[in-house]
Amino acid sequence: MLEITEGSHAVADAVRLCRPQVVSAYPITPQTHIVEALADFVANGTLDAEYITVENELSALSACVGASAAGSRTYSATTSQGLMLMAEVVFNAAGMRLPIIMSIANRAMGAPLSIWNDMQDSISLRDAGWLQFYAEDNQEATDLHYIAYRVAEDKSIQLPAFVCFDGFILSHTYEPVDTLTQEQVDTYLPKFAPDERLDAKDPISFGMYATPEYYLEFRYEMDEAQKRAKEVIHKAGKEFATLFGRDYSALTEGYLLKDAETVIVAMGSICGTTKDAIDEMRAAGKKVGLLKVRVFRPFPTEDVKKALAHAKRVAVLDKNISLGAKGALALEIKDALYGLTIPVKGYILGLGGRDVRKSDIKEIVALLEKGQGDQFIGLRKEVL
Amino acid sequence: MALAVGCRARPGKSRDNKTGSWRVFKPLFDHEKCSKCGMCTTLCPEGCINEDAEGFFDPDYAYCKGCGICAAECPKDAITMKLEEK
Repeated sequence: MLEITEGSHAVADAVRLCRPQVVSAYPITPQTHIVEALADFVANGTLDAEYITVENELSALSACVGASAAGSRTYSATTSQGLMLMAEVVFNAAGMRLPIIMSIANRAMGAPLSIWNDMQDSISLRDAGWLQFYAEDNQEATDLHYIAYRVAEDKSIQLPAFVCFDGFILSHTYEPVDTLTQEQVDTYLPKFAPDERLDAKDPISFGMYATPEYYLEFRYEMDEAQKRAKEVIHKAGKEFATLFGRDYSALTEGYLLKDAETVIVAMGSICGTTKDAIDEMRAAGKKVGLLKVRVFRPFPTEDVKKALAHAKRVAVLDKNISLGAKGALALEIKDALYGLTIPVKGYILGLGGRDVRKSDIKEIVALLEKGQGDQFIGLRKEVL
Repeated sequence: MALAVGCRARPGKSRDNKTGSWRVFKPLFDHEKCSKCGMCTTLCPEGCINEDAEGFFDPDYAYCKGCGICAAECPKDAITMKLEEK
């Protein structure tokens, strides 16, 4: 049913339909409305789950690790400083191969303190072993939760996943979202039934000690699971499309890409703005297209290479920066196109909630055509 | 043996980790001086000192890390630490 609803509430509703048995989270802007809504669901009986209130995010994800290892479908949500406080447990959850799903309402990292949007938080934990999905709008943000649970709990994967969407820009925006029914979600998402779980009657430990003779192999197996996830995401997306009509089977998505000479690569809500800017540039005769990256981990290197093979030049938009190097997406795109002669330039923009406008996208295309890039966009030179 | 997903383990797996290889000083137990008080096995952090049928104590060298706590605490000085040649 199509409803006009706030992004956070749409996500909370999707999570409720996934029937998590344990929810543990600590409220933090701009994630708060999600966990408030879930606490309400549990309190009023519309979600049959244990809601574990904790003193901070480190405990929130730790509670999820224990609950998931005990065999419960488990959910958390956080952002920014909260995610960093969890960081140690983020790595452990992946190493223990626990399919916890966590929503990230993307927000900038302090200092300086900023509650506004960029993607520095989840991108900074790209190496933790979690799958990372990025949503363009609230419909995609909700749908990716169903898909994330399906993929994460697949016996051949067993990895946790971030479902990321831009804080405020999506989390606090009202848009029409088609929410599935409980029957529909139950059809798509079977009960969580892990082969091994914590049980006092049949003891087992998770995430034990690995000497130098074994550690390397454990990391290799996690990397192999990430690689297998590409096909599992494709299949889960295909089945979702067959059942509900929205197709997330591809890890990347093109917009006016086929004949594009200039291609912009981006993730998240900025893709919407970019599509509008592309429409205007197309009307002015410029052959510009977009490649949207929906799945950042595993990174769809082969898909990107194929999608960009015909491009004459590529601009990569990053709402994050690996300080002293480049934006994370630009580094991936350059890696994917290594050996080809297509010029690729990265542009850092929108950090700490700075608005990205259609005019910024057009400016980037103009810079790229002049061969200029690997720079910040929209710097206020008067304050430097 | 194939790795367990998520490094999951049934009880008893720590026995596979033979910590005796860490040892530099080896505790030697002199049963002539031993009063069978059991202080050594009580305080051994590895839990690897076992009592035999006669009530004497000996470490399991497969796991003894050579920390020397037993030798330091033995009230009869019945345990001496000897540099181990390897």
